[in-house]
Amino acid sequence: MTARLRDPETLKRELELTARPEGLAWLQDALAEVAGQPAAIRMRFPSVGREVGRDPLEPGADPDDVHAWTIDDAARTLLLAALGPGAADELDDLYRYGDAAERRGLLRALPYLEIGERAIGLVDDAIRSNDTRLIAAALGPYATAYLDPDGYDQAVLKCVFVGVPIAPLDGLEERATPEGARMLAAFVHERVAAGRDIPAEVWRVIDRFPPEEELKAIEAELDGPYADRRQAAERALAAHEDTLTIPDKEPR
Amino acid sequence: MRIFDPHAHMTSRTTDDYEVMAAAGVRALVEPAFWLGQPRTSAGSFVDYFNSLLGWERFRASQFGIRHHCTIGLNPKEANDPALRREVLDLLPRFLAKDGVVAVGEIGYDGMTPAEDEAFEAQLALAAEHELPVLVHTPHRDKLEGTRRTLELVGRSGLDPEMVVVDHNNELTVSEVLDSGCWAGFSIYPNTKMDEYRMVRILQQHGPERMLVNSACDWGVSDPLKVPKTVAAMKDAGFDDDDVDRVVWQNPVEFFGQSGRLILGDLGERDLTATFEGNTVLRGERE
Repeated sequence: MTARLRDPETLKRELELTARPEGLAWLQDALAEVAGQPAAIRMRFPSVGREVGRDPLEPGADPDDVHAWTIDDAARTLLLAALGPGAADELDDLYRYGDAAERRGLLRALPYLEIGERAIGLVDDAIRSNDTRLIAAALGPYATAYLDPDGYDQAVLKCVFVGVPIAPLDGLEERATPEGARMLAAFVHERVAAGRDIPAEVWRVIDRFPPEEELKAIEAELDGPYADRRQAAERALAAHEDTLTIPDKEPR
Repeated sequence: MRIFDPHAHMTSRTTDDYEVMAAAGVRALVEPAFWLGQPRTSAGSFVDYFNSLLGWERFRASQFGIRHHCTIGLNPKEANDPALRREVLDLLPRFLAKDGVVAVGEIGYDGMTPAEDEAFEAQLALAAEHELPVLVHTPHRDKLEGTRRTLELVGRSGLDPEMVVVDHNNELTVSEVLDSGCWAGFSIYPNTKMDEYRMVRILQQHGPERMLVNSACDWGVSDPLKVPKTVAAMKDAGFDDDDVDRVVWQNPVEFFGQSGRLILGDLGERDLTATFEGNTVLRGERE
């Protein structure tokens, strides 16, 4: 499931397919209210989950997929979009006083809002958290557009570290840098030296800008004195071979 | 076997943990100030946290016969919050002057940002000013690079490297840290950063000098008995009692003793009925 950007009309249609009728009615009412009175979003935003729903937006999506949108994410996005340029005045407080679901919805909504780069501080804050859903939500198209290169590299590494799959990240292809590839290769070496495993998808980035020194260090582990490290190196390099033999999926 | 856990986030722990730690031989520990998992949004939260490390947590530990010390500092993660950084840094001198504060820490790098550089450098200067050792956290991510930058910054600070422990080492960072003259800390976790068997291997390779072993026992998956478990693994691997005592008692005493503020002479007996500002760990129940 990629974090591709939908337009608000598509979001609305997807919601109409999956949300309960009474939830949609509540949302219509809320959208009309906040359009006339922006401060009303402060009371509407927290109740979106219980009123409209919390299930995956796409029926059948894995509820544990941190990249998958939920019904409340979509509803919150529409609410924020209904504020127009006024969204900018509400964002900081909605985030600050928001629970994890509110923050996730807000982060998902950012690319839909007329706010330029002013919300990048909220993205940074979410990336600093240890909540995998917030980290995944923060790394949508808004981060692709506005996160600085060091910040993006660190965020990708953080994903790998906390177990957020990186292959679905919106900006992975576009934003990967040689420094990001080096950090991921150093991460592979560190894991191998600890006798531990790595997610195979890191090779997708490493292969774009192969860092010579780190790759040599990983290969050198194959001849090291410790069996657990040799085996970990074999597994890491076998995972690499697998990524080379399976052709990339068609872009969606 | 007497044990000193030089890095234990007891704020995240229950009285059961204190009880089993004491039973396993932990007599003293250092609790570094760090991130609580949930970001703080005002400097006032730091004041309360620091006061808790100096007061309530020290009291709780004493109930189980464990001597609690702490380190005070602005952690790298929250140093990235521009609304907090300056204000918290300005608060630190008042707290660094307190009894039982045995180092500046945890400071160091998380994402290696300019904001982290600023806070790290400012706090190294505070350590020099207050003649305190420094406890440096190395980043979870891009650890080797973060460790190298840490050692460079420490080198430029003019601090004696013997006053600095670089923590959370692994197989790839330990040599450079020891070569720099700094102390090397190891957080022994279930499965992740370092385990007790890998730790034994590192001790076999590098010897016990300037090595510190801790449990971290924070709010994540962690185990407050990892230092006693490392002791067992060392003994199984043939280390003698002197080597074990050096690693889990003499080394931390020597390192934090450089603060002149370790209090170990009168290690107390457990007394569950004592109170702290009218509050007791018995939750009001008295005998």
